[in-house]
Amino acid sequence: METYSLLREFADSWMLLVLFTFFVGVILWAIRPGSNKTHRETASIPFRNEDKPAASKEART
Amino acid sequence: MLNYIKLIALGLVTLLAMIAASYARDLAYQVHAIIIMAVSAGLFLWTLRNTDEPVPASVLETSYMDGVVRYGVIATAFWGVVGFLAGTFIAFQLAFPVLNFDWAQGYMNFGRLRPLHTSAVIFAFGGNALIATSFYVVQRTSAARLWGGNLGWFVFWGYNLFIVLAATGYLLGATQSKEYAEPEWYVDLWLTIVWLAYLAVFLGTIIKRKEPHIYVANWFFLSFIITVAMLHVFNNLSIPVSIFGSKSVQVFAGVQDAMVQWWYGHNAVGFFLTAGFLGMMYYFVPKQAERPVFSYKLSIIHFWALIFLYIWAGPHHLHYTALPDWASTLGMVFSVVLWMPSWGGMINGLMTLSGAWDKLRTDPVIRMMVISLGFYGMSTFEGPMMSIRAVNSLSHYTDWTIGHVHSGALGWNGMITFGALYFLVPKLWNRERLYSLSMVSWHFWLATIGIILYAASMWVTGIMEGLMWREVDANGFLVNSFADTVSAKFPMYVVRALGGVMYVTGALIMCYNLWMTVKRSPAKDAAASPAAVAAE
Repeated sequence: METYSLLREFADSWMLLVLFTFFVGVILWAIRPGSNKTHRETASIPFRNEDKPAASKEART
Repeated sequence: MLNYIKLIALGLVTLLAMIAASYARDLAYQVHAIIIMAVSAGLFLWTLRNTDEPVPASVLETSYMDGVVRYGVIATAFWGVVGFLAGTFIAFQLAFPVLNFDWAQGYMNFGRLRPLHTSAVIFAFGGNALIATSFYVVQRTSAARLWGGNLGWFVFWGYNLFIVLAATGYLLGATQSKEYAEPEWYVDLWLTIVWLAYLAVFLGTIIKRKEPHIYVANWFFLSFIITVAMLHVFNNLSIPVSIFGSKSVQVFAGVQDAMVQWWYGHNAVGFFLTAGFLGMMYYFVPKQAERPVFSYKLSIIHFWALIFLYIWAGPHHLHYTALPDWASTLGMVFSVVLWMPSWGGMINGLMTLSGAWDKLRTDPVIRMMVISLGFYGMSTFEGPMMSIRAVNSLSHYTDWTIGHVHSGALGWNGMITFGALYFLVPKLWNRERLYSLSMVSWHFWLATIGIILYAASMWVTGIMEGLMWREVDANGFLVNSFADTVSAKFPMYVVRALGGVMYVTGALIMCYNLWMTVKRSPAKDAAASPAAVAAE
């Protein structure tokens, strides 16, 4: 089979499936139970460490 | 030790640039060689004077690297005004062709200035805004100083050297004639180096972050940096005709070249002007509204949906061409689907204000950010609609496209950048507040009315032009010649240029306001923010 047809067939089938599955997986992961706490914590990142870097992972305010 | 290596490298570059300048086959190449020679010779002297000097005691890990962000803010404002002025001038050139002066033929006519305008606003204004804000945001949201020491400075100055080379090249006729990718091969190579350094600085900072999670703004910035690197390399695969000349020949030919160009071109819009600026939005809108983003879950879905869909939308630029139908249908379908994540992001940004809507009345900066989201929503509705083949048959090659681009660029990119600048300047120069809020209001209204004049006149002239081109008489002959449409467009062209004048006036007011903020506004209490007077 010529390269074009081969790649075209692969893109139309397996690659499409992989990308679509990954995408659905991301959405499911985002709305998984228990993600609320993490997301609240992450969404508040802009409101700390405004003036200087945190000294350590534990010291972030 | 490092300085000795730098000296050798800079010396060699200076020497090679001298040789290149003397062997140059065209004027643009020669001017560029001289610019590079001067820059590297200057850097050589500067490095030489600093070699073996004692290194000042390191305060490095206890403060953010804001010097480069300050320079970025200045460069953004400067290039913004240059780009808007160039745009306004060429708008008048279209309305009044006499402005294509005889004495400047071949240098300052519309054809030469138009890429100068597009690159100045997209890459110089937008690019500097993205570099500055991404450096600011990634440090704050990672709680870590910028990685790579002076590499951040290299990115800033290297990028601005790229802009100078690109701009002078356009005026002197060095172009590979690809939309938004006009610079020739050696300028492209230089940008690749700078961009990889940018990626290293950004990624390095994320890797050494103190926060356990990567904030969503950084996801957007990172996808913008990586995708632009990929797009830039593929679209600029070319072989120079001579190592001492600016002309090069593309590796791809025909419809493949067109497809690669619009895959690049549309994703320059999608990742440079959208993903990168969404990174800004996800930081500055919550900061200015003083509340976290409306839904973090939605922001994650927004991110993945946007990057999964945008990359396929390019073929809608090539409806009714030699491109196979399946490819342009694919581009059209993905463009229409793209409407969803775009509006998801807009809603997420707007709803961040829920509970703080009163700020719209009191805070002109947040008003600016909100109207930018409004224009984002409007142009991401208009874009998918124009990508539908039937609509495209009317709109393509007309001024409607130019109106669409400008409601996105002036409305969304411009306004969100102004908002970010108004936020950043008091913070970066340690000022309590902006010099004048009423000037911000003036800027807001001038810019908004300017955009509306621009977009409305382009809708009218674009649709009129499209209808005139397809009008046939009873015998099937075309009714109008091309020149008929040109003369019919004159009033709209004048209105468009006036819209540009208003927009550039607003930007000048902003520059004055920001300048006076630094000069006159009261300083913030030093004890309250010890690190703000930092090492730079």
